[in-house]
Amino acid sequence: MEKKKQNLFSIFTNGLWNESPTFKMLLGMCPALAVSNSATNGMAMGLATTFVLIASAFLISTNRKLIPSEVRIAAYIVIIATFVTIADYFLKAFFPVQSKTLGPFVPLIVVNCVILGRAESFSSKNKLIPSLLDALGMGLGFTLALTAIGIIREILGAGSIFDVKLLGDWFEPWIIMLLPAGAFLTLGIMIGIINTFSMKKATVGVDFGDNIGYMEKDKIISTESKFLTSEEIKAAREKKPKAKKPLTKENKTD
Amino acid sequence: MNIASKMIVVLSLMGLLSGGALAGVYKATFEKIKQNQLEELKRAIFIVLTKAKDYKKIEKDGIVVYEGLDENKMPAGLAFKAKGMGFQGEIGMMVGLDSELKKIKGLFVLDQLETPGLGAKITTEDFRGQFKELSVEPKIVYVKNVKPSKPNEIQAITAATISSKAVVNILNRDIKKVEMALKKGD
Repeated sequence: MEKKKQNLFSIFTNGLWNESPTFKMLLGMCPALAVSNSATNGMAMGLATTFVLIASAFLISTNRKLIPSEVRIAAYIVIIATFVTIADYFLKAFFPVQSKTLGPFVPLIVVNCVILGRAESFSSKNKLIPSLLDALGMGLGFTLALTAIGIIREILGAGSIFDVKLLGDWFEPWIIMLLPAGAFLTLGIMIGIINTFSMKKATVGVDFGDNIGYMEKDKIISTESKFLTSEEIKAAREKKPKAKKPLTKENKTD
Repeated sequence: MNIASKMIVVLSLMGLLSGGALAGVYKATFEKIKQNQLEELKRAIFIVLTKAKDYKKIEKDGIVVYEGLDENKMPAGLAFKAKGMGFQGEIGMMVGLDSELKKIKGLFVLDQLETPGLGAKITTEDFRGQFKELSVEPKIVYVKNVKPSKPNEIQAITAATISSKAVVNILNRDIKKVEMALKKGD
């Protein structure tokens, strides 16, 4: 049970950092650029997307064996679009101010690649609980990313954070941070910084004649023979019983 | 069931369920959304007509105006919605005029898609405050980089001339429309 719990938890934290949809997988770039001009906008968009992610993961995972694979994309789109519309009406009714600010970007959640991407690569192939955890992790990771970008753009572009004025009048806001150019700059620099620090050390395989040596920073970590030993050949043959055994005097069947 | 009929059945079923769910959500939120819109309208009218405590809707010749009524039920100005093309999208405003249609009493931006930090400054008090007690005759004029000198002049926002110009043009056009409609019957 311990291992399973660990696995489920790591599915959830995957979306927060290791496979962050915005900074590592580069999914959902449109809202990441367009709606991150303030911290509040970024957070609201992230939360709306998280709702749609979880709801669609629920439906897609529970029905994954019923949806024929030929029509799976059409089916996913119907499910996702329905939930986005529900979210849109929910915002209009109960959070009219946020609905006004997010405006035309809520319907665009339908084409957010994070949702369709996770549906296709995870929810449609996994059980309910892991799918829900993955959706929650990805959604929160997306929200975190958008809020982070939003905070940076809002501080530099308007001197405030969550609409609370932070920097005094001495600060001349960099208006460009509120414009598309600033979005690209912020996102690009953040992706660069985050990936530089989390890059794993590269392992390089070098040909040494009969062997391949795996090296990390000029030190050989391991070697491996280029050719299969006879035991390995036998074992490989046994694994594939259907493969025709070469006809020899011993196994000729009449 | 072969693949083709399975596809048809599954998608049709999904369509039905989705349509049903959306119809239900629409019905459930309809009243609340209407209420929100009405409250936004009321709020906007009372912002532009500061003396009004109540309002009366008047429809004439395709124009809708809201006559503000103060606590004694006496007319306290006219408010109406002005709409038009801005720099990046439609600008919608609530305009308050005095009862003689000679001066603007207040301006409130309802919808705009202008550039944040630039054209979006039309929503700020600094810009809108210029329109209080602004004369609309012969028409509103905007000036750039200088302080307004005439009673019908306002200063455009620096680096947001197109948005400022759009606001002025929309106001001039719609105020004329309201004037024409209301003065026709008299």
